[in-house]
Amino acid sequence: MSKLDKSDVEKIAFLARLGIDEQDIPEYATNLSNILDMVEQLDSVDTDGVKPMAHPLDAVQRLRADVVTEVNDRENLQAYAPEISDGLYLVPKVIE
Amino acid sequence: MQWEVVIGLEIHVQLSTKSKIFSGASTAYGAEPNTQACTVDLGLPGVLPVFNGEALNKSVMFGLAVGAQINERSVFDRKNYFYPDSPKAYQISQLYYPIVGEGHIDIDLEDGSQKRIGVTRAHMEEDAGKSLHENFQNQTGIDLNRAGTPLLEIVSEPDMRSAKEAVAYMRKIHSIVRYLGISDGNMQEGSFRCDANVSLRPKGQEEFGTRAELKNINSFRFVEKAINVEIERQMEILEEGGSVTQETRLYDAEKNETRSMRSKEEANDYRYFPDPDLLPIVISAEEIEAIRKTLPELPEAKCTRFMEELGLPEKDAKALTVDRDMADYYEQVQQSIDDAKMAANWLLGDISALNNKKGLEFKDCPVSAEQLIGLLKRIKDNTISGKIAKDIYLAMFEGEGDADAIIDKKGLKQITDTGAIEAIIDEVIVNNPGQVAEFQSGKDKLIGFFVGQVMKASKGKANPGQVNQLLMQKLKK
Amino acid sequence: MMHNKTITELSAGLEAGEFSSVELTQTYLDRIKLLDKQLNSFITMTPELALEQAKNADAQRAAGNVGLLNGIPLAQKDIFCTKGVKTSCGSKMLEPFISPYDATTISQFNESGAVMLGKTNMDEFAMGSSNETSWYGTVKNPWNTDAVPGGSSGGSAAVVAARLAAASTGTDTGGSIRQPASFCGITGLKPTYGRVSRYGMIAFASSLDQAGPMTRTAEDAALMLNVMAGHDLRDSTSVDVAVPDYRADLNESVEGLKIGLPKEFFSEGLNDGVAKVIESAVKEYEKMGAIIKEISLPTSKLAVPTYYIIAPSECSSNLSRMDGVRFGHRCEDPKDLSDLYIRSRGEGFGPEVKRRILVGTYALSEGFYDAYYVKAQKTRRLISNDFNQAFDEVDVIMGPAAPSTAFNIGELTDDPITMYLSDIYTIAVNLAGLPGMSIPAGFSNDMPVGLQLIGKHFAEAKLLNVAHQFQKETDWHLKAPTAFK
Repeated sequence: MSKLDKSDVEKIAFLARLGIDEQDIPEYATNLSNILDMVEQLDSVDTDGVKPMAHPLDAVQRLRADVVTEVNDRENLQAYAPEISDGLYLVPKVIE
Repeated sequence: MQWEVVIGLEIHVQLSTKSKIFSGASTAYGAEPNTQACTVDLGLPGVLPVFNGEALNKSVMFGLAVGAQINERSVFDRKNYFYPDSPKAYQISQLYYPIVGEGHIDIDLEDGSQKRIGVTRAHMEEDAGKSLHENFQNQTGIDLNRAGTPLLEIVSEPDMRSAKEAVAYMRKIHSIVRYLGISDGNMQEGSFRCDANVSLRPKGQEEFGTRAELKNINSFRFVEKAINVEIERQMEILEEGGSVTQETRLYDAEKNETRSMRSKEEANDYRYFPDPDLLPIVISAEEIEAIRKTLPELPEAKCTRFMEELGLPEKDAKALTVDRDMADYYEQVQQSIDDAKMAANWLLGDISALNNKKGLEFKDCPVSAEQLIGLLKRIKDNTISGKIAKDIYLAMFEGEGDADAIIDKKGLKQITDTGAIEAIIDEVIVNNPGQVAEFQSGKDKLIGFFVGQVMKASKGKANPGQVNQLLMQKLKK
Repeated sequence: MMHNKTITELSAGLEAGEFSSVELTQTYLDRIKLLDKQLNSFITMTPELALEQAKNADAQRAAGNVGLLNGIPLAQKDIFCTKGVKTSCGSKMLEPFISPYDATTISQFNESGAVMLGKTNMDEFAMGSSNETSWYGTVKNPWNTDAVPGGSSGGSAAVVAARLAAASTGTDTGGSIRQPASFCGITGLKPTYGRVSRYGMIAFASSLDQAGPMTRTAEDAALMLNVMAGHDLRDSTSVDVAVPDYRADLNESVEGLKIGLPKEFFSEGLNDGVAKVIESAVKEYEKMGAIIKEISLPTSKLAVPTYYIIAPSECSSNLSRMDGVRFGHRCEDPKDLSDLYIRSRGEGFGPEVKRRILVGTYALSEGFYDAYYVKAQKTRRLISNDFNQAFDEVDVIMGPAAPSTAFNIGELTDDPITMYLSDIYTIAVNLAGLPGMSIPAGFSNDMPVGLQLIGKHFAEAKLLNVAHQFQKETDWHLKAPTAFK
C-alpha cells in the first residue's frame, strides 16, 4: 500500500506543517516509499490476540496531588520568545 | 414534509481543581496574560505532563452521579492539530478509553413528563489557551493561562428532539456538576460550554440526517436560540431539495445566525494515538466505591426529601432544588425559622423574581441567608407585616443593611396597639359614610376597601389581622 | 596526565589535594580549545560557568561538603535543557533557544558538585546514527577523523574518547549511546526505561528515550548512574524503584554467570572483523568462569521495522511544538498563520528530521493508524516477550553493539535504510525497555569494536559488574587515540 507520489508527500507535509522545497519532493517520495516498504515486513507477522505495547514497563499512572507549585515566571519564560507584546505571544492574525 | 429534529450535545465542564490537569500552575481566572502558564503549559522543549489526581476524582463523581460505567482503565491520547492556542500542537484528551462510559439523566419536559437522555461517555482533557484579536493590527495575541485547565467533556446521545429539550438537558447537567462541586459552572468565564450537533430527518425515518456542529455556545439562552436558528436554516435547505453540509458552525448572537467556520476545519486529521508521556490511569472498584461515598445529595433526592419531610408540593420542591445554591440557602432559612412554606414562598416568589429581573444567578443574590432569616423572624414575631417585609427586602437588596436596622431607621415597626389602630379606624369610618352605609346594607365585599384605607392611613404598619378584626367589630355595630 | 585519569582517579586526586577542580577544569578547557577543532564535538562551550562551578566545588570540598561528582568536569549532550545556556538539540530550530530551566539530570549533576564544560554535538533531535544530521556540522571520530563517531550521541562519545572531558551524558532511543560508544571505544550505558528522568531531555520518541552515562570505564559509569538514577515526580514514566549503589557489586565474580548469545546477532550483515573481536571477548568471559549458551531471539528481525513506525510516530507529535510561536526559530515576515508554521518548520528542520516527521505523520493518519502504529505496538510486545523468555535461561545477553566499526563520513548519507540498519542490534533493547551497555572489546582495522551487554529490567548493577570484571582482565578501555593521548 505504500509507494507515495508527489501529491501524497504534499498532503502529509501540509498535515505536519512542514515546508519542503519543490525540487526535493521526488527524493522524499522515494525515501518515504522505501521506508514504508521496509516497515511493511510487519504485515506478514501474525499478531492476532497480541496486546499492543505502549510502554516497555506495564506501569500505571501516578496521581499528582492538586497543589499549586508554580509561580509566575513570565519574564524568564518569555525572554527568548520570537514575538511578544504586553505579555502575549504574537502570531499572524487568526481568522475564525 | 414533516421534519424531526435530532440534537446531541457535547458539554465541556471545567473541573474546579486548584492546579492544572498536567502541571502545578494555578487555574485561577482572570490573571494577567501568561502569568499562569508554566513551562509545561507552554509546551517548552523537554517538559512532561504529570496527571492531577483531583481531576480523576471529580470525573468519577460525575460518572457515578449519572449512573455511568466507570472504566477502571482509561488512557490519555494526543489529538494532533496546529493552532496557536494549542501550545504543544496536540491536545491531551481521551479518545479510545474514556474514564466515564454510558450513563443517563432524566429531564423534565414542559408538559410535566420526564424524558431519559443517554450520556454516551465523558472524558478528561486539557483546555486550550485564548486568542485575543482586539488590540493588534494584523496580529493575534495568545494568552496561555487557560491552557491545561482540566475539562470533562460530556457527550450525549442524539436523544433530544427540540431546542427546549437541549436546554433542559444542559440545565440538568449544570445542576449536577454544581451539586457535586466539581465545577463552578460559571458560563461567563467559560467554565461550562456547549457544542450542539443538530440535524433534521423526515419524520419516521430511522437514519440520521447530515449534522452541523455548533461550537462554543456559552449560555442557556443562546443554546436555545442557536439551535432554533440552525433548525430553520437546515429546514429551508432541505425544503428546497438541497442538502446540509457536515461542518462546524459558529453562532453569532448579535445577528442571531450561524455561520460556517471553515478555517478550523481545514483538512483535519487529528492522528490520535496514546500519549507516550503518560501511563494508563487505573482505578480499582474499591476506590470507585470510596468516591461514591463522598457524593453529596443530588437534586432528585433532595426534591423527594423536601416533599416528604417538609411537605412541599412537588412543583416547589423541584424549583428549589434545581440550583444547589438555592437549595442550600433554602435549607438554612427553613431550618432557622422553622417554616418550610414561608421560606419556600419567599425564595420562589419575590427573591427569584427580583433576581430574574436583575439578571442575577442565585449565588450572586446580594441578600444573604442570614439577612433573610432576620427579616422573616420579624414577620413571625409580628414586628412587621408581610407587605412591609417586601419593602425591607428591597432595601436589603440595595445594600441598606439588615432588617432590624432598616426597621429602626425607617420606623417600620408594625402597629399592634389596639387603641392606635382603633383611632385610625374611627377616622376612616368618619371620612367614608357612604361606604359604611353600603357595607351595613349588606355589601360585605367592601371590607377590603376599609382594610385598604386603614393600611394606607397607617402607612402599611398596622397589623392586618388586628385591622380586620377591629373593623368588623366597629362596622357591624 | 590529569586528562587520562578516570573519574574515580580524579576524585582521589582532588580529595588528596593533588590538584583543584579549577586546575582540572582549566586543563580540560585548554585541551578542548586546542584539540576540538579537529573533532567539532561541542556545540556550546561554557568556560565561565565551568570555572565558576569548579570554584564552588573546591569551596564545597574545603567545607567538607563533597558531592559524588565534586569538581569533575563533564560534557552534557545538547539534548538536556540547561538554564541560561543554549540548548539546540543539534538543530537550527532551537538555535535561539536559551533554556529557562534545567533538566532533572542537569540539576542532579549540579547537586553532585559536577562541572559542565559545555554542550556536545549530536544528530539533529537525536535522529541519526552518524552525527551527520547535526545542523552544527559532523563530529569526527578521534580514532580516524575521516570516520563518523556514531550517533546520535556522537559528540559525547568523541569527547570521552579524546579525553576532552572526564565523562559525558548521552541519550539512547535506538542505540544512540551504545553505537557511538562502540565506534569511539568507550563505555556507554543505556539504563532501563524509566530509570533516569526524561524531564528536560528534549523528547525524540517518548516511549523509547533514555539518558545514560558515557565514560571511560564501567566503574565511572556506576558512579555517574548513582547521580542520574532515581524517581522524578516531574516525569510520569519515571519509575519508583529503589536506587542501589551501583558500585557495590562491581567486584562480584562472574563465575557461573549465564551468558546468552543470540544466534540472530551473529548472522549475515555482521562484519567479520567485528565478529572476531566479539568472539574473543566472549572467550575471555568463558575464561573467567562464565557459562556461554546460544539462544534465539526470533523476532529480533522485526525490531528495525517496528522501531521505524513507533519512533517517527512519536517524534512527529513531539516535534509539533516547534512552531515558531513561543521559542525557537521563526521565519521572517510570515504572511499568515499557515505560512508561519510551514516556513518556520521548513527552515528549522533538516532533511532527516523531516523524513521522520513525514513517516510518522503518515503512519498515524486516518486509515493507516491500525495498520502501522497498532501493528507495531503488537510486534513490539512480541520482541519484548522474546527477551523475557531468553532471560528465563540466561543472566546477561551479549553480542555486537553495531554490525561494523565506524564508517566513513558521507558513506551512508544517501542511503537512509542502510544507515538505519547500523542500529540493528541495539533497537530491540529500547523497544523492550531493557538496560544495555557497550564496552570496548578490541579493534578491527584499527577501529574500536564495542561488546554489547543486555540485562533484565533494572539489572544495571549486574551489567556494570559484568563489564567491570571484563575491564579488570583487559585493557581495551584504556586505549586512547594517538592524536589525543
